[in-house]
Amino acid sequence: MTPLLEVQNLSVRYPSRRGLITAVRDVSFTLGRERLGIVGESGSGKSQTGRAIMGLTPPQARIEAKRLRFDGIDLLQAAASDRRKLRGARMAMVMQDPKYSLNPVARIGQQIVEALHAQRRISRAEAKRRALGMLEAVSIRDPQRVFDLYPHEVSGGMGQRAMIAMMLVNQPELLIADEPTSALDVTVQLEVLRVIDDLVTQRGMGLVLISHDLRLVASFCDRVLVMYAGQVVETLDSARLDKARHPYTLGLLDCVPQLDRPRHPLPTLERRAEWLQ
Amino acid sequence: MSKMIAIDRLSVRYGDFTAIEEVSLEVEAGSAYGLVGESGSGKSTLLRAIVGLAPIASGHIEIQGERLSPRRARAQRRRLQMVFQDPYASLHPHHTVDRLLSEPLQIHRVGDQDQRIARVLADVGLSDAFRYRYPHQLSGGQRQRVAIARALILEPSILLLDEPTSALDASVQAEVLNLLERLRTEHGLTYLMVSHDLAVVAHLCERLSVMRDGREVEKLDVQALRQGRAESDYTQRLLIASRGFVREAPDHTLAHTPATRP
Repeated sequence: MTPLLEVQNLSVRYPSRRGLITAVRDVSFTLGRERLGIVGESGSGKSQTGRAIMGLTPPQARIEAKRLRFDGIDLLQAAASDRRKLRGARMAMVMQDPKYSLNPVARIGQQIVEALHAQRRISRAEAKRRALGMLEAVSIRDPQRVFDLYPHEVSGGMGQRAMIAMMLVNQPELLIADEPTSALDVTVQLEVLRVIDDLVTQRGMGLVLISHDLRLVASFCDRVLVMYAGQVVETLDSARLDKARHPYTLGLLDCVPQLDRPRHPLPTLERRAEWLQ
Repeated sequence: MSKMIAIDRLSVRYGDFTAIEEVSLEVEAGSAYGLVGESGSGKSTLLRAIVGLAPIASGHIEIQGERLSPRRARAQRRRLQMVFQDPYASLHPHHTVDRLLSEPLQIHRVGDQDQRIARVLADVGLSDAFRYRYPHQLSGGQRQRVAIARALILEPSILLLDEPTSALDASVQAEVLNLLERLRTEHGLTYLMVSHDLAVVAHLCERLSVMRDGREVEKLDVQALRQGRAESDYTQRLLIASRGFVREAPDHTLAHTPATRP
């Protein structure tokens, strides 16, 4: 069986006045219908990796890979129009903040209907029916009402659920979620994660969850890639977080204050150039 | 110990909307107090009311036993300084660090600017090289250090911290929390900190109020919080949420588990 996603030696570089800047260097992984986490600090290249897979990197970027395949389709060779057809239909991405990723001047329902119409020819009534069904699937209690609201009229958690509804309405096989809960309150975070978790499990999707919160990602995903300065420094089974070896991974785990283990001062993260090959 | 901040049945209203309803709290001099709650709970509004950025409908605020009037004297304002959540939004993008730090000194007519700026930068762990940079040339953590320096440069007795680390990476958060902790002991500061992260509040503060919908839910000390001894259901729920995601056993595994009979 071909894996859902194959990434081999992916690099993303940006031209600048001082030559090429490497954002992602030699990242490799394969993904089946499972949950993979990518963790790192700002600037570690985790979002750039997700965007390169989606094909959302700005045109001046140079993307190279030995292999970048989605369900056997070579993404590097695919025409822009073919990638557009994949995006939204078979692979989808949820961004960090619903305040910026939803269209502020269109009603929520309309945006979901638009996502449907972009991919398939169905009647308006059918599209509305599916959109309402999807809003219900993301645990929105009163879908009919939310359908007619504008993004500014709903809370952050509700907006993010609407965003997820929009992304999943075409039943993609791969979902890339880039910090989907960082802009939300702690209690709402868990609800939104639960919605993603249920849908990923029910529909057998592949999930890439990008976050800076290692503990959160490990509690959610099957496998975690830890990225530092554009490279993967360690790959971990989530169940074996305590077996992490790399000093950077240990640093990420250690620097977060914990309720049951007070430490003063907090250990801070070491960053060393020799970790990069 | 003496009371540094005493808030008595404070209410804040915007038109018909009540943002804070009769909230009271007391903060000892030299201690750190946390305000916890979800968005819309009124925790940030409380800080804004203290610095005079929110309209007080009733109740009053005392700082070192001195009641704050709606029109604050300059000396009163100087004693209270605020650090905002988002260092990307709270620093003027066209001003250098030097100018950002000298502005409060000019407003409060404090002399000796050059030395004060050099001293405060060293205090927050930034070298002199940062002095003539613009905010966009700094990382998130460095910007938050500048924001803290700007609050400190007037030598206040109270720092009001509005989610000072929630826009930062976990690793940078640790550095900023350590910095805040060191500054508190070195300068004998009193902190009032807003955060939605219980672990962050527990790290820095000794006591806290949990707020919801503009009202206080409960007050507790950090020891009780760490041991999970919260009285209200709401605080318990926040505690559970702070432990992270737990996957519930799927229903079918429970339903289809064959019952074992003796």
